[in-house]
Amino acid sequence: MKKVFERPKSLKDMPFHYCPGCTHGIAHRLVAEVIDELQVFEKAIAVAPVGCSVFCYEYFDCDAYQASHGRAPAVATGIKRVLPDRVVFTYQGDGDLAAIGTGEIVHSAARGENFTVIFINNAIYAMTGGQMAPTTLLGQKTTTTPFGRDHKLNGSPVRMSEMLSVLDGTAYAARVSLHNPANVTRAKKAIKKAFEVQIAGLGFSIVEVLSSCPTNWGLPPLKALKWLEDNMLPYYPLGEFKKPAEVI
Amino acid sequence: MAKILMKGNEAIGEGAVRAGCRYFFGYPITPQSELPHYLAKRMPEVGGLYLQAESEVASINMVFGAAGTGARVMTSSSGPGISLMQEGISYLAGAELPCVIVNMIRGGPGLGNIAPAQSDYFQATKGGGHGDYRLIVLAPASVQEIIDLMQDAFDLSDKYRNPVMLMGDGVLGQMMEPVEIGDQKPFELPEKPWAVTGRLRGKEKRLINSLYIVPENCEVHNFKLEKKYTGIKEAEQRWEEYRTEGAEMVMVAFGTSARICKSVVDRCREEGLPVGLLRPITLWPFPEKGIVRLVDSVKSFLTVEMNMGQMVEDVRLSVNGKRPVHFYGRVGGMIPVARDVYTEVKKIFNGGVA
Amino acid sequence: MHEGILIAGFGGQGVLSTGQLLAYSGMVEGKHVAWIPSYGPEMRGGTANCGVTIADSPISSPVVSEPTVLIAMNRPSLEKFEKVVVPGGIIFVNSSLINIKATRADVRTFYIPANDMAEEIGSSKVANNIILGALLELTRVVTTGAVEKSLYEVLPPHHHKMIPINLKALEVGAGLVRE
Repeated sequence: MKKVFERPKSLKDMPFHYCPGCTHGIAHRLVAEVIDELQVFEKAIAVAPVGCSVFCYEYFDCDAYQASHGRAPAVATGIKRVLPDRVVFTYQGDGDLAAIGTGEIVHSAARGENFTVIFINNAIYAMTGGQMAPTTLLGQKTTTTPFGRDHKLNGSPVRMSEMLSVLDGTAYAARVSLHNPANVTRAKKAIKKAFEVQIAGLGFSIVEVLSSCPTNWGLPPLKALKWLEDNMLPYYPLGEFKKPAEVI
Repeated sequence: MAKILMKGNEAIGEGAVRAGCRYFFGYPITPQSELPHYLAKRMPEVGGLYLQAESEVASINMVFGAAGTGARVMTSSSGPGISLMQEGISYLAGAELPCVIVNMIRGGPGLGNIAPAQSDYFQATKGGGHGDYRLIVLAPASVQEIIDLMQDAFDLSDKYRNPVMLMGDGVLGQMMEPVEIGDQKPFELPEKPWAVTGRLRGKEKRLINSLYIVPENCEVHNFKLEKKYTGIKEAEQRWEEYRTEGAEMVMVAFGTSARICKSVVDRCREEGLPVGLLRPITLWPFPEKGIVRLVDSVKSFLTVEMNMGQMVEDVRLSVNGKRPVHFYGRVGGMIPVARDVYTEVKKIFNGGVA
Repeated sequence: MHEGILIAGFGGQGVLSTGQLLAYSGMVEGKHVAWIPSYGPEMRGGTANCGVTIADSPISSPVVSEPTVLIAMNRPSLEKFEKVVVPGGIIFVNSSLINIKATRADVRTFYIPANDMAEEIGSSKVANNIILGALLELTRVVTTGAVEKSLYEVLPPHHHKMIPINLKALEVGAGLVRE
């Protein structure tokens, strides 16, 4: 019988540690498929963050680094500046990228660092126990916003992709979502474009991936996807905010 | 060989280039600015890269990224910036990445000032960042020694897969002295079979990592690091002895304060006072062997530092109670004056009377 | 021979470069030299001083805390550093800009209207070298030949046309203190 679906070569054959219903697994798979399809596995170097996806260096079978919290873009800068022909990507959560690592992501984009960022936005700090993230929605309850995020106290959620897209160094910025199969397909296209932008040497590329966190949202997996669709999409519009003419 | 007159900060840059360093990531801070200025011009001449980062936090993590590929890489800063780098330094030590970090110490704590100091001794030699780790710490005392020690700094960091810190201060950085640099010798960088460069080279996956989530494994990692540090302590202690033959009192000082103490030794010897100097060149590992060698023949030690008494603790540990260890220090960016140190020496010789 | 020379003045008076020229000249003659600056946080117009040590044997400390020679190019420098000069040392006072006298009796003091004399020979920029000329004449710390050689090394080629007037300044300065 013809095989129509298989594990990407770039993804190691081992069980993920992620919670049931977490969309990290889907995002990992999409990145691995893109690396396979672009035939850059041997050239790929992953930079893992601190957060739930800290162990992504185990799952991506390419060479990898584990960076300190928020600093993956600085580490990727160091790698890419020494090895400009390698395909370097960071995989970061919203605490890592949009809070503690804001300086590093903004300035990597401003310098037009030629690597790709996969940014998982699930509107919460998951690994440390469901605290408020910079991307937590107004009114959303977390362990540190037990009465819901109050803009007077905590300000409003940050739209990173829009923010980064206005920088000259950013070549590609898009937001996608993993809440249903059609969007998963679109997400893969965006991730592929981001890697293509890097391979073409056009500059900084980022794909923000809206993801679910059933455990810390306190919802069963399917309801979590519905919550994402109903609550995150209105605040975090999907689409490409910046793309270079050359590739797309 | 022809000599050239060079500033200490520039000598750090030229020494690095000659040692094969081709990557510098840093953020401006006084009093080390001549170094980035020098390398911003010099790196492109040798096909290297000078990149100004957005912060010291970013700089040290760029160093982490570049070091992991096997490249010779460095950064430099001064006190406040080095404080910001501490997390990254701990990661570098944990992941066993070689690199060179320069600290041209300034007066502290806090913003302090830009004047010379030696008050980051504890930070450099006792940790600074989190976890059990050690930096190899080198303390040059002349512009020529800066050039020579930069080569050693990179060699040691590669040999032990450990970050090396070169510590100076504004005096060393901004003073000019003649140096012999000679012609650039051809160099071959050591093999780095651990470097992460993508899987083009072969089959096995490589990883730069300091995460050991299982405590048993993390303990094994710490034991492995400790074994390395023990080896460094055994093999790499370095110091200079100056007129210690027949000395009844030995001063212990490093870097700029050692230069001042040398002039005090000269004056004392001229007057018949048997005084010598032990100048640690490695601050970590501290040259315990040098102290132990002298401890039975001298009557007392005087540690002179540009801080409130930091290295003196290591001197006391090495002397181990066998002899009195005195301390004289100036702080906040003040440099000890030879005359005052001399007075201190006389006072000790006279049993505490000035 | 062990001379510790402290040169002090306003930022912009060229005291740092004069010190470097002196250190360079010592090196050209195969002597041991060290140059060390100290200046305020102001990049321009603040106080600036540098210490130059020139010696026959290795220099233990490069810090000139007890100078054998002080060149005071402005009044605050004289007031600040007069007291640290060693007994028997030399103080050069730029009397074009300093209208007070030195108070020390145990040192030799020379009052030289350096800016005025520099103007007279054609450029106020060479005021420092008037005093440098006097210093060389009195101490013989380096030769005028070494300074000339150093000027060609330290000045960028497009400033080499200034070398003759610099040498003239040295000569004029030397003439002032020649017995």
